[in-house]
Amino acid sequence: MADFHIRLDGVTKTYGSLRVVDNLRLDIIRGEFLSLLGPSGSGKTTILMMLAGFQDASEGTIYVDGNMINDIPSHKRNMGVVFQSYALFPHMSVAQNVAFPLKMRGFGRSDIRERVERALDMVQLSTMKDRKPSQLSGGQQQRVALARALVFEPGVVLMDEPLGALDKQLREQMQLDIRELHARLGLTIVFVTHDQSEALTMSDRIAVFNKGRIEQIDTPRMIYDHPATRFVAEFIGETNLMEGEIAGREGDEAMVRLSDGCMMRVRARDGLERGAKVLVTIRPEKVELSDPPAAANSFPVTVSDTIYQGDHFRVQLQGAGQRFIARRDRRAAEWPQGARLHATFAADDCWVIAP
Amino acid sequence: MRPGKLIPAVFGLLAVSFLLLPLLVILPLAFTSSLFLIYPIPSFSLRWFDVLVTNPVWRAAIVNSLIIGIGTTILSTVLGGLASLGLREKLRFVSAPLSTLFLLPMVVPAVVLGVGLQILYARFGLSSTYLGMIIAHTVIAIPLVMVSVTNSLQGMDSRLELAAASLGAGPAATLLHVTLPLAMPGILTGAVLAFAVSLDEVVLNIFLAGPGQRTIARQMFAELRDNISPAIAAAAFLFIAGTIVLMALVLLMRRRVGGTAS
Ligand SMILES: Nc1ncnc2c1ncn2[C@@H]1O[C@H](COP(=O)(O)OP(=O)(O)OP(=O)(O)O)[C@@H](O)[C@H]1O
Ligand SMILES: [Mg+2]
Repeated sequence: MADFHIRLDGVTKTYGSLRVVDNLRLDIIRGEFLSLLGPSGSGKTTILMMLAGFQDASEGTIYVDGNMINDIPSHKRNMGVVFQSYALFPHMSVAQNVAFPLKMRGFGRSDIRERVERALDMVQLSTMKDRKPSQLSGGQQQRVALARALVFEPGVVLMDEPLGALDKQLREQMQLDIRELHARLGLTIVFVTHDQSEALTMSDRIAVFNKGRIEQIDTPRMIYDHPATRFVAEFIGETNLMEGEIAGREGDEAMVRLSDGCMMRVRARDGLERGAKVLVTIRPEKVELSDPPAAANSFPVTVSDTIYQGDHFRVQLQGAGQRFIARRDRRAAEWPQGARLHATFAADDCWVIAP
Repeated sequence: MRPGKLIPAVFGLLAVSFLLLPLLVILPLAFTSSLFLIYPIPSFSLRWFDVLVTNPVWRAAIVNSLIIGIGTTILSTVLGGLASLGLREKLRFVSAPLSTLFLLPMVVPAVVLGVGLQILYARFGLSSTYLGMIIAHTVIAIPLVMVSVTNSLQGMDSRLELAAASLGAGPAATLLHVTLPLAMPGILTGAVLAFAVSLDEVVLNIFLAGPGQRTIARQMFAELRDNISPAIAAAAFLFIAGTIVLMALVLLMRRRVGGTAS
């Protein structure tokens, strides 16, 4: 059995009649990097606030190491928190900010100095220790916040969109830095984001939220390749969705009749009854385009537009009574608008979900 | 200068003169050698400042002003500050009425307050005591402290306090290390305003003080009625100089705290 660090059992948060977090069951494994991913207003911050003890759960129980912590105040929970706004103390220097949690825990002076030094080294800010937060760039402030949340060696670090305010390049650098720290320190990290590529890059597992409920929780790979619901399929990356119904099964493949009558072979899943309404999803990069028809699962399509996107082309297609998107390598041939092609979907790349 | 700028400038100048002229008229008289509060000044002299410090009545008034002023500053800053902190909790049907109640002394006429307190003090034996004066001045100083402290608390990011808690600071430690330092500019401003209001106050002093608690302001008022001596101008000069020094001090301190806070 996995070693659960944190367990949320039936946790609910209501504001009036609004259920912001709805009967949440979530087990967080010790040492994992778990992302909470979801659109704005899906309750991610609220969950983090309840974990940190800043807000009370309306119902349900939160356990850490098997002990219920609902009634333990924030300052005794020993969790590091990194806010989107950094929340550095403006009247303290960088070193004083980082020393704060140690001071609160009654560490000795020389011990504090040593640990602060080490923490600032870790985020490469040793030279800035006497500056005030207002004299730092956004990325530097973010690293101070990180050092401050890690210096007292909490078992759990909660991060609420910590990279949201940074520009793309810095954000990607910090993503790698945080990942590396996570691996090095063996921390349990709960990381809130609404940026799906960030979640895919950083996480061991992703919990996809929608309206206060978990739609799916799994590894980035499973979430991306095998979304459990339409919401997940559409929220994570781009995808093509085709409506149809199961026409029959053949070993580990199933036949789907699409709404325009075309037949398609897909990877079978348990519980697909003949006649069941389904959605077939296939990622744009899995769509093969060719002039002559390939073997099975091939449809005639027309190119309606080709958009240059730097590292790839985004090809918009029309066929089988609907639109498709395909992603093409930039070195591939560029088809003119109106070109007639065949789109092929490998059965293994087609994933079936309930409509 | 274009007329669009000229007109506001002229009005501004007029308004400032209107405020400052009375002061400019009275202040030079502090340095007169004459026995009377009149122009022209015969010659420059510091004799009236001498009177202020040697005359036992004036001397007592200065000391009383300091005692009552400092007492008021401490008491009203502590109470007003605590009230501001407490009123951050938005309790329905409690917070709003309470904060209105605290601000009420700003609009209640001093005479009404004076009569009320006089009756109350007679019961508790506080008439003609320093404590009575300090309490009375605290009542009218608290709103000023509260307004300026509340202001600086509202400008503070509440997540800083959450962050402090997550880092292991209990409520008391958070207050001491985070909330108070960040509210310091507002607290200092409130303290100076409290001192200034106590220094300036006459009506409550007339109602509640005995001869032993006469303040400078009260003494000036009394002198004006019987013998208009230039000692009043000298006292006014000290008054204004003191206020300017205080304000400068606040500005300096705010700059130091604010420079680190922004
Ligand atoms: N104090 C409150 N009173 C009423 N509703 C609230 C309160 N705080 C949050 N909510 C509501 O709870 C819902 C979830 O909020 P939450 O901040 O957890 O969303 P989120 O997933 O973090 O979104 P975002 O990505 O925008 O940060 C929102 O619909 C929000 O309006
Ligand atoms: Mg949020």
